[in-house]
Amino acid sequence: MEGGEGVNFIDPHIHMVSRTTDDYRALALAGIGAITEPAFWAGFDRGSAQGFRDYFNQLTVAEPARAARFGIRHYCWICLNPKEAEDLSLARDVLAIMPEFLDRPTALGVGEIGLNKNSVNEVAVLELQINLAARRDELILVHTPHLEDKLKGTRLIMDVLRNEPRIRPERVLIDHAEEHTVGEIRDRGYWVGLTLYPDSKCSPARAVDILERYGTDRVWLNSAADWGISDPLAIIKAASEMRNRRHPEELIRKIFHDNPAAFLSQCPKFITP
Amino acid sequence: MNSRNNPLSAREILEGSFLENRARILEVAAFLDRIERAEGAPQAHDDYRYRALLRAVECLLKPSGEVTKDILENLSDPTPEPIECAAGMKGAVGAWKGVKE
Repeated sequence: MEGGEGVNFIDPHIHMVSRTTDDYRALALAGIGAITEPAFWAGFDRGSAQGFRDYFNQLTVAEPARAARFGIRHYCWICLNPKEAEDLSLARDVLAIMPEFLDRPTALGVGEIGLNKNSVNEVAVLELQINLAARRDELILVHTPHLEDKLKGTRLIMDVLRNEPRIRPERVLIDHAEEHTVGEIRDRGYWVGLTLYPDSKCSPARAVDILERYGTDRVWLNSAADWGISDPLAIIKAASEMRNRRHPEELIRKIFHDNPAAFLSQCPKFITP
Repeated sequence: MNSRNNPLSAREILEGSFLENRARILEVAAFLDRIERAEGAPQAHDDYRYRALLRAVECLLKPSGEVTKDILENLSDPTPEPIECAAGMKGAVGAWKGVKE
């Protein structure tokens, strides 16, 4: 199973700190030539900003080196994830160290910021991080809440983004979209991310349905593979679903290479594979 | 793109995916049967998740090309304002616990 026809696929959202080196090998064998890794929740709350400093070092130093062994370009996004945004004091401490890491050569922008349970403090921290991104003219990768919280959270996030006039929608990708949020995200001019998961999120078949229903511009697909039940080769399976439906190879290339490359290339640090 | 951007015909979709979707709907049926056989079934009928699932099943009976979206909206929190505090809250359940008007 591979990306196909010499195309270097891009998985623009995958959490390799949670994956084995064997997974890097599988990605390379499947034809995935570049990945980007947003900062996220480790499955437990970190106790201090020092914990984030260590994590950001892992994202910007350790993982690019691990990926390079397999010829994969590894990029990352820096932020305080929304699951740890309830503690405003910690949030301010983490925001203070973020610029140092955003300056690093493989950091593409601020992400994945957003909301989790749609709380007042989560919104406040989101506003602070959007402000930081606007000041530095960074790309933004947005995490939308899961399941019953997604629709409300997606709308709240887009309202916060709209309130910051320095943010240009074409430099923001709103991820984990599903059938009930794709239309509104596209209507407001943002990029759409579809996350492929074995159980709780969008399946490859549903993702291809969404492409057929809403179109193939300003959209990327990703695995968001992490420490949970997830599949680092999910984008390859979605490409296979497209082939099974007789979508042409140039469209598959657009979805898994050209589109993510177009969004990510807005940051000059990104080199298209 | 519109629905005509699916290169497969409706008949091809039906022939290609009938069996796997037959199996999926039997899984839902077996899940509901399991609840009926278990102690506390009447209480489970009042659970917001059980009721949400039955509403979703009702949506399936009205093919419109937007059933997935309808079900997701039905399962969603419809309130517009942020909640006061999320301390200790991490995950989502899959259905909104409140009462929809």
